[in-house]
Amino acid sequence: MPFDEEGVLAPAACISQSREIAHIHHGAPALSLSFQDLILTLHRYWGEQGCVILQPYDMEMGAGTFHPATVLRALGPDAWRAAYVQPCRRPTDGRYGENPNRLGHYYQYQVVLKPSPADLQDLYLGSLSAIGIDPLKHDIRFVEDDWESPTLGAWGLGWEVWCDGMEVTQFTYFQQVGGFECKPVTGELTYGLERLAMYIQGVDNVFALRFNDSGVSYGDVFLENEREMSAYNFEVANPETLFDAFRKAAAECENCLANKLPIPAYEQAIKASHVFNTLQARGVISVAERQAYIGRVRDLAKAACAEWLERGQGA
Amino acid sequence: MADFLLELLSEEIPARMQASARNDLARMFAERMTSAGLASGAIDVHSTPRRLVLISRDVSEQTEAAREEIKGPRSSAPPQALEGFFRKTGLKRDQLEDRDGVLFAIIDRPGRSAADVLAEAVQQIVANFPWPKSMRWGSGSQRWVRPLQGIVTILGDEIVPVEIDGLQSGATTVGHRFHHPGPITIGGASDYIEKLRACHVIVDQSEREKIVREGAVAAAQEAGLNLLPDEGLVVENAGLTEWPVPLLGRFDADYLDVPREVIVLTMRTNQKYFACTDEAGMLAPAFVCVANIDANDGGAAIVDGNRRVLAARLADARFFWEQDLKIPLEEQAQKLSGIVFHERLGTVADKVERVAKLARWLVEEGVVKGAKPDQVERAARLAKADLVTGMVGEFPELQGVIGGYFGRAQGEPNVVADAIRDHYGMPSEPTSVAVALADKLDTICAFFAIDQKPTGSKDPFALRRAAIASIEIIVRNGLRLSLTQAVRGGLANVAGQLKDSDAAHRLDRTAPEILDFFADRLKVQQREAGVRHDLIDAVFSLGSEDDLIRLLARVKALQEFVETKDGADLLTPYKRAANILKKEKWEATKVAAGSDLEAQEQALVAALHTAQPNASAAIEAEDFTSAMAALASLRKPIDDFFDHVTVNDPDKAKRERRLNLLTRFRDAVNKVADFSKIEG
Repeated sequence: MPFDEEGVLAPAACISQSREIAHIHHGAPALSLSFQDLILTLHRYWGEQGCVILQPYDMEMGAGTFHPATVLRALGPDAWRAAYVQPCRRPTDGRYGENPNRLGHYYQYQVVLKPSPADLQDLYLGSLSAIGIDPLKHDIRFVEDDWESPTLGAWGLGWEVWCDGMEVTQFTYFQQVGGFECKPVTGELTYGLERLAMYIQGVDNVFALRFNDSGVSYGDVFLENEREMSAYNFEVANPETLFDAFRKAAAECENCLANKLPIPAYEQAIKASHVFNTLQARGVISVAERQAYIGRVRDLAKAACAEWLERGQGA
Repeated sequence: MADFLLELLSEEIPARMQASARNDLARMFAERMTSAGLASGAIDVHSTPRRLVLISRDVSEQTEAAREEIKGPRSSAPPQALEGFFRKTGLKRDQLEDRDGVLFAIIDRPGRSAADVLAEAVQQIVANFPWPKSMRWGSGSQRWVRPLQGIVTILGDEIVPVEIDGLQSGATTVGHRFHHPGPITIGGASDYIEKLRACHVIVDQSEREKIVREGAVAAAQEAGLNLLPDEGLVVENAGLTEWPVPLLGRFDADYLDVPREVIVLTMRTNQKYFACTDEAGMLAPAFVCVANIDANDGGAAIVDGNRRVLAARLADARFFWEQDLKIPLEEQAQKLSGIVFHERLGTVADKVERVAKLARWLVEEGVVKGAKPDQVERAARLAKADLVTGMVGEFPELQGVIGGYFGRAQGEPNVVADAIRDHYGMPSEPTSVAVALADKLDTICAFFAIDQKPTGSKDPFALRRAAIASIEIIVRNGLRLSLTQAVRGGLANVAGQLKDSDAAHRLDRTAPEILDFFADRLKVQQREAGVRHDLIDAVFSLGSEDDLIRLLARVKALQEFVETKDGADLLTPYKRAANILKKEKWEATKVAAGSDLEAQEQALVAALHTAQPNASAAIEAEDFTSAMAALASLRKPIDDFFDHVTVNDPDKAKRERRLNLLTRFRDAVNKVADFSKIEG
C-alpha cells in the first residue's frame, strides 16, 4: 500500500534523494516542474493555442490516439483542436514495478490540431520552452519515425522528437485513419509524460518522480498499482472471461453499427482492443491467431469510422 | 549568363533519404534544362535535414529561338484540305507562304526566358519528386517528404517567381532552428552558402560529414580513446544536423558485462552514437554523440542527458542478459517447438532436427573435414536456441551472436559456441561450416518441397540469398560434395516430417528443380568473377557434374580454351556436326570403317583414337586443361574432314560410317562440356 498507518506518504521507491537533487541543479532551473505541474503547464499552453482541454476518456486504451477526440475527429472536413491526458494501459509492458523505465499503466499527453498548422513544429517547440527546456542548452531533434496502427487502420509520417537523445514526443501527420484518407490532415503530438518528467526532474527511476510539490512521489501513487496489475495481467486474468468479453464487445459493436451509432460502436472496438492486449499479456494468443485478432479489431474500428463519416460527422 | 539558386525548405527530411534526394534533384533539373533547351553549366546539389539545395552555374538568359516550317497542301488543293491545314497551324491563308504552288507555314518560336523555363522546371520537379514516402499536410493536396515550408528561387540576383500550392517563392529562408530562427534574405547563389554559415547552417553535407568524422575521432582521442570508425553513422549524423558538434560522454563501466555487440548495436541503431575502444582494443565505457547546437553550457547537459538515456537502454539489455544467462541453451532450444517456422513446415524445432541431421551427414560423409560429428550436431541443436531469449527479442539483428555468447558462458566448447555464432553467415571453421551449410541447404530444400520457390522479383524466404551463401561456403572452403546427394538428403528429411504422402513422391521431381536453381544462382554469383554463364550451362547440362568445385574448374578450363584460337575454331565444326546429326536424327550404327577411307577420314579416326582416351583420362584426373588440349588436337582433322569429305555420300555405307564418325566426334567433345550450349 502506498500509505502507511498514519496516512503519511511513504518515501519514494529506492532512489537516493541526493542524486535527484544533484541532477536538478544542472538539469533545470531551481525547482523543476512536478508531474502534475507539467500537465497543468501543457494544459495552459495548448489551451492558449485554441485547443479544447478534454479530460481522459473513461475507457481502457493502449494509447492516447484511441480516444475518439483523435480517431473520429481526424476524419471528415471539420477543423478541430484538442489536448488531453490519456491514461494508457499496455498489459505486456508491466514489470511488477521492478523496472525503472517500464510501466503497464502510464500517461500520454495528446494534442491534435486539424488542419495541421504551418507552424506546428514551432508551436510544439514553444511547449518545450514552456515546461523549461532551453533549446540552446538541450539538443532537440526530429528523427524520422513513421507511425502505423494496424488495429486502427491508420498511418502517418513524422518523427520521434529527441531531447538529448531521449524520445520525448511522437510527432505525426495523419494520412489515413480507419482506412480513410485524412482531409485535411491532423497533426498529432504525443508526449510521453513520465519520460519527459523524468528528464525534467533529472531522476532515473519513474517511481521517484515528484508527483506534486507536497511530497507525493509517482511511486506513492502508482507502485502498488503496477504490482497488482502486472500480477493480474500476467497471471490471474481469466482467459475464458476475456475471450468471452472479446466476443461480446465485437458483437455489441456490430449491434451498434446495425443501429447506425458510430460512437458506441467505436467504444466497443476500443474495448475489444484492450481485451485483446490483456489476452496477449496472458500469453494465450498464438502467433498465428494474433493477426486474426488484430484484423478483427481493425474491421470493427474501420466500420465505426465509416459509419461516423456516413452520418456526416466531422462534416 | 547567371547562376541559379533553388532551396526547398521543409520540415526534417529523414537522413536516409537525403543522398538519393540530391541525386534525383540534380538529375531532374538537368533533364528539364535539356528538354527545354536552356543551356547551363555545372550543377551542385546539397542537403541538410531541412533543405534541398541546387545551384546551377551559368544559366543562359533564354532558350534559342527556333523557326519551324510545315509543308502544307498545294495552293490549288480542294477547300477542305486547305481548311484542314489552316486549323492545324492556326494560321490564315495570307499568313502562309506559297512556294511554287505549295503552301508552307512558317512558325517562329521565340526563345523562352530562363525565368520561365526555371519556374516551370521547379514546379515539375516538386510535383514529380520520387520520394520513397511522401505525405500531405494542412488543408492542401501538395505532397512532399514532410511539409514544405519555403522556396528560394534566385537567378543572378532576381527572384524567379514560382507558386506551389499557395507557397510563393522568394529570397527569404531561415537559419539554424535554434541559433538563428528568424528570416534571412539571400542575395543569390553567390552568397547563399556563406550567409547560411553565418546563421549556423553548414549547407554542404560533405563538409558536415567531415566535421562529424574528424570531430568524433578528436573527441575520443582527447579522452585517450580510439573511435570505432563507422561511415554509415557519419553520414546519418550529418543528415540529422545543420551544425554538428561531436561530444564525448561516458557510461558506467559496470555495463561492460553486456556483450560488446549489444552495446555497440544499441548505441549505433537506437542512439546514433559512435563507440570507442581503449589502447588494448577493448570496448571503452564511452560514446560520442553528435549534437546539433553549440550548447550554451558547453554541452554538459546534452552529454548528461544522453548518458542517462544510454544507461536506461543498457540497464534493459543487462536485465535480459542476466535473465537469459540463467537458462541453459538446451532448455531454451526446447521452446523452439512453440515457434512456427512456416505453417506447412512445422516449428523451428522441426527445422533444427533437420539441420542437425544434415550437418552430421556432411561431416560423416567427409564433405566437411576436421569437425567432430557430435560437436557439429550439438552446435546445430543449439544454434537457434537464442531466438527465444529476451536478448534476441530486443536485438533481433544479433541472432546467433547472442547464442554464441550464451553457449560460451554456459561452458560449450569454443568450436560449438563459434558455430552457433557464425552459422547465419559464411564461416570457415569446419564445425561452423557444417552447421551453416546444412542450415541453408535445409531452408532451400524445405521451401522447394512445399513448392514455395522464388518467382520473378518475389523471394519471400530469401532462398536466392541462401543459395548464393551455400555456393560461397562450398567454394571458399573447397568442399567436395555431390549437390544432388546433399539436396536429396535434405528433401528426405523434410519428407520424413511432412505427413503427406505427396512430399515423398515429389522428391524425384524436386531435386532437379533445386539443381537448376543452384545453376542459375551460380551464374549470377560467377558473373562478377567474369565467368561466362553459357559455359556454366555447358558443364551443368552434362547432367553428371554436380560437384561445384570440379564444375568450376571445368568451366574455368573451358573458358580458357574457348578463348584460344583452337577452341574458338573447334566450335564451328562442332556445331556443324551437331546440326547434321540433329537434322538426320542420327543414331549411331554398328557400321564399321570400310577399306576405302579417305585420307581425312583416316586422320580424324586416328585423332579421335588418341584424343578420346586422353580426354577421358584427364577428366578422370580432374586435369581439365589437358582435357581441353586433347580436344584441341581434333581441330585440324575435323576442319580437313569437312573441307574434303562429303558426308551425304550417295553410297549408303559411306554416308553411314561418316555420320557415325561425326557422332563419335560430337560425343568426344561433349564428354568435356555440352558445346551446343556455348554461345558464339
